[in-house]
Amino acid sequence: MTKITYIEHNGKEHTIDVQNGLTVMEGAVQNDIPGIDADCGGSMACATCHVYVKDDWYDKLDEKSEGEDDMIDQAYEPKKNSRLSCQITVSDKIEGLVVYLPEKQV
Amino acid sequence: MIKTDALIIGAGPTGLFTAHQLKIIGLDCQIVDNLDKIGGQCIELYPDKPIYDIPAIPECTGEELTQNLIKQLEHFKIKFHLNERVDEVKKDNNNWEVKTSNGTKFSTPNVIIAGGVGSFEPRKFSLKECEQFENKSIFYSVKDKKIFEGKIVTIFGGGDSALDWAVELSKTSKVNLIHRRDEFRGANATVDKVHELAKSGKINLFTKYQLSGIKGSSNLESVEITHENKEVKTFKTDYILGFFGLIMQLGPISNWGLNLNKKTIEVDTEKFETNQKGIYAVGDICTYPGKLKLILSGFHEGALAARACFKLARPNEKYRFEFTTSSKTIKDRLGVKSD
Repeated sequence: MTKITYIEHNGKEHTIDVQNGLTVMEGAVQNDIPGIDADCGGSMACATCHVYVKDDWYDKLDEKSEGEDDMIDQAYEPKKNSRLSCQITVSDKIEGLVVYLPEKQV
Repeated sequence: MIKTDALIIGAGPTGLFTAHQLKIIGLDCQIVDNLDKIGGQCIELYPDKPIYDIPAIPECTGEELTQNLIKQLEHFKIKFHLNERVDEVKKDNNNWEVKTSNGTKFSTPNVIIAGGVGSFEPRKFSLKECEQFENKSIFYSVKDKKIFEGKIVTIFGGGDSALDWAVELSKTSKVNLIHRRDEFRGANATVDKVHELAKSGKINLFTKYQLSGIKGSSNLESVEITHENKEVKTFKTDYILGFFGLIMQLGPISNWGLNLNKKTIEVDTEKFETNQKGIYAVGDICTYPGKLKLILSGFHEGALAARACFKLARPNEKYRFEFTTSSKTIKDRLGVKSD
C-alpha cells in the first residue's frame, strides 16, 4: 500500500492507501474520489483522468509514456505539470505523492 | 416521419451487432450516429490499436472489427443517419418520437441507446468569453474556408487538424499557429511543412503558449496568449480556430428521463431496458450489478435487447427462438442458401 493524496479543485483533500501495481487513476476511481472520469478505462485514449502533479513530485515520477503528451494536448487546461493518472503506476517509490485535480475533465 | 421497429443510437460495435440481431429476428431498424463515420470509439479513438479479447478473433484492430461488423450487416442494407445527434426522445402514445439535430424524425416503439460514453463533441476553449464568438469568429471545425481569405487566422492545437489547416490557410490568409508545447503530434511530413512555412515567415509559430484572453465587441479583434514562463503576447486576429480533439459527452441523453448513474444508464439484465418502457441501453453506456465494459458484453446485451423489442414491435406475434445454423427463415433473411 502506498499513500496518495488527491486534492480536488475546491481544495478538499483525500489521502488514500492505494495498492501497489494499480494506477493513480484506479486508486481514485475505486475510492470514489470525484474529479477523475477515466472515460476510456485507462487505455490512454482520452484525457479525462488528467491531474496536475505537485511540483516537486513531477520529476520524481517515471517519464511520460509515448503518446501521453499527445493526449494531454486534448485535456482541459493542460499545464507543465500535467499527467494522465492512468499512466502513473503506484509503487513504494511514490509514497506520499500529491496530485491536484483540474476544475473539470471535459 | 420515419417509422421503424427499432431505432439504434450509436454506430459502434454494440450498435452494429444489435442491428444484426434485430434483423435476424425479422425486425427492421435504423441507426443514428453523431460521428461522420461508422464504428464509434473503435474508429475514432483506436482504429490502429489491436484488440485481443473478441471471442474467436485472436487479434484485430478497431478498424478491422468495424469492417467485419459492417460486412456482417451488408445484406440487410441498414439505413445509417451519420453526422446526426439524437436530441429529443418523447413519448407519443405507444411510440417514441425521436428527433435529431438535422431535424430527422422517427416514430418507433423501441429506442436502443448504444451510445458508448455519449456523443463525440469538439473540445472547446475553457475561456468563458469564447462562447459569445462561437460560430462567428471562433470555430472548432472548418465548413467554408473561403471566409478566411485575406484575414488573420489564429489556430490553436498541435495535431493533424491544426497543422493541416495551418498549412492550407497559409496560402490565402495570415496564419498564427499556437501550441502548448514544442512537439507536434501530426504526421511527420505536415510537421516538417509547418516548420518550413514558419521559417519562411508564412506561418507565425508560437510554441509553449496557450490562449489566455480575447478582445472584441461584435467581431473578434485581438487575442492574448501566455507562455509557460508567464510572458504575455497580444496580437490582432479576425478568426480563431481551436483543434483540441474530441471529447465524449452524455449530451441530450441526460434529458430523457432515464435513471442515470454517473455517466451511465441503469438497466435490468433481462431486457436491458431502462426505467422507460421501450428504451433500452446496451454497451458501455449501460450499467447493472457486475457490468463489464467489454465489447463482448455489448454484443450479449444487444442480443437480449433485440428480443425484448420484438414484443413491442409485433404485439400480436409470438417470438420463436431459432438458430442461424438450422432456421430457414433466418437464412432467408440473411440471404444465404438453405441446405
